[in-house]
Amino acid sequence: MTRKHLLSIADLELDEIDEILRLTDSFVEVSERAIPKVPTLRGRTVVSLFFEESTRTRLSFETAAKRLSADTMNFSVSTSSVKKGESLRDTVETIEAMGIDAVVVRHASAGVPWQIARWVDAPVINAGDGWHEHPTQALLDCYTIRQIRRAPHGRDVERQGSLDGLRIVIVGDVKHSRVARSNVLAFTRLGAEVTLVAPPTLLPPNLTGWPVAVSHDLDAVLPKADVVYLLRMQRERQVESLPPSLREYVTHYALTRERTRLLSDDALVMHPGPMNRGVEIAADVADLPRSVITRQVANGVAVRMAVLFLMLGSAGGRGA
Amino acid sequence: MAERERAAAPPYGGVFVARTRVMGPDDLRRAVTRIAHEVVEHNHGLENLIVIGLQTGGVPLACRLAEVLREIEGTDVPVGRLDVALHRDDIGIRPVMPEAPTDIPFDLTGQAVVLVDDVLFTGRTVRAALDALNYYGRPRSVQLAVMVDRGHRELPIRPDYVGKNLPTRRDEMVSVTGEGVELGEVRRTR
Repeated sequence: MTRKHLLSIADLELDEIDEILRLTDSFVEVSERAIPKVPTLRGRTVVSLFFEESTRTRLSFETAAKRLSADTMNFSVSTSSVKKGESLRDTVETIEAMGIDAVVVRHASAGVPWQIARWVDAPVINAGDGWHEHPTQALLDCYTIRQIRRAPHGRDVERQGSLDGLRIVIVGDVKHSRVARSNVLAFTRLGAEVTLVAPPTLLPPNLTGWPVAVSHDLDAVLPKADVVYLLRMQRERQVESLPPSLREYVTHYALTRERTRLLSDDALVMHPGPMNRGVEIAADVADLPRSVITRQVANGVAVRMAVLFLMLGSAGGRGA
Repeated sequence: MAERERAAAPPYGGVFVARTRVMGPDDLRRAVTRIAHEVVEHNHGLENLIVIGLQTGGVPLACRLAEVLREIEGTDVPVGRLDVALHRDDIGIRPVMPEAPTDIPFDLTGQAVVLVDDVLFTGRTVRAALDALNYYGRPRSVQLAVMVDRGHRELPIRPDYVGKNLPTRRDEMVSVTGEGVELGEVRRTR
């Protein structure tokens, strides 16, 4: 991959997505070793700039960097000089002056990773910007679906790249979801048919140009779905009361035990986490064998290793 | 496969143009058979012995070696595949890319490991392989089998089993396939 930054799925060509997913196989193998570590990025420093709270993404990137033997620096707003009023640019330039090789950034405002990419020389990886994009989440979700649907012993490289013809249903708070945006782009680029299911108030006001179908009837789409992708109700982002009540939402849009009976036998249930058990997903549904939520988390580390390796290791490195 | 990998990866991208055929399919078969006998003799049998091919050029040779070993001794020898890309010492200097995942589904502790590759050149791939093997346990011994030793070592590494010693110039290239061994050059495409 010749790209310097990973900012959005929208930037990536199909063969670039494919290369990342193919490479992830090698890092899944590393993660399964008795000693899950390789010396590949020794001496490189990866800094995580998280201006918004996160458990799994921050720890996942940190684990990925450490398994590649890179050094990691962590930054979170609550313990930093941002509290003293330092500007974003000054914060970023201060950290760059310490010598860094890659920046992983999450921010509540869309576009911040692009801005940072203009200020620093190091590669920038978007770990979520506002409601906009979360590219590594989409990559790990594509990888997870592909990994499960691959023939057990098949090393059928040509077919691996595609989610051709798979029917993926994305349910819930699409409006506030960067995960939904990145995943719609990635799933459709790999050939899947995506249907969004949500109450009208939780859909973006304008869906022109989105390559998706829209439904408001979850029960009608479940029988044909190959994957049900549930989104978290982002109550912290919802300023007005959409939907009118959580109970109403649960009645119409939550994946309950009864609704899972509508699914075909090999349909998968996915969730990017953190889950609101009892809201978008019933507590016991999350623990069904068809729920691959912990698999998504495990693959997340491997996908991020592949991304860090491509940004820092494969291209010929520093200054190349 | 150090050779082909190096030649195919940008910015070295190019096509291999063969000049001389050095070994044919029969020569290859006889060399594998001889190496197999040497392995059996050297290890006094095949007990606790594992064959590991280096991705990707060493893998078919490792499989053939294991087949011949089974014919000679009547015992199955486990075959692993090792990709050394993540352990190379030239990451950041030249483009490095994993070729195919490692597959070593057994503990190497206490085993005799025969590493198999197609061409031994600078020795850096083997150094990376020795480093990588550490992550799978502590082998009793590690031996090295190569089809072609073309010289130009940059590290103190020597093979235990050699198909053919082939003097080369540094800028030449050796290609090993199921059809045999060819010596030639890489024509730059850019």
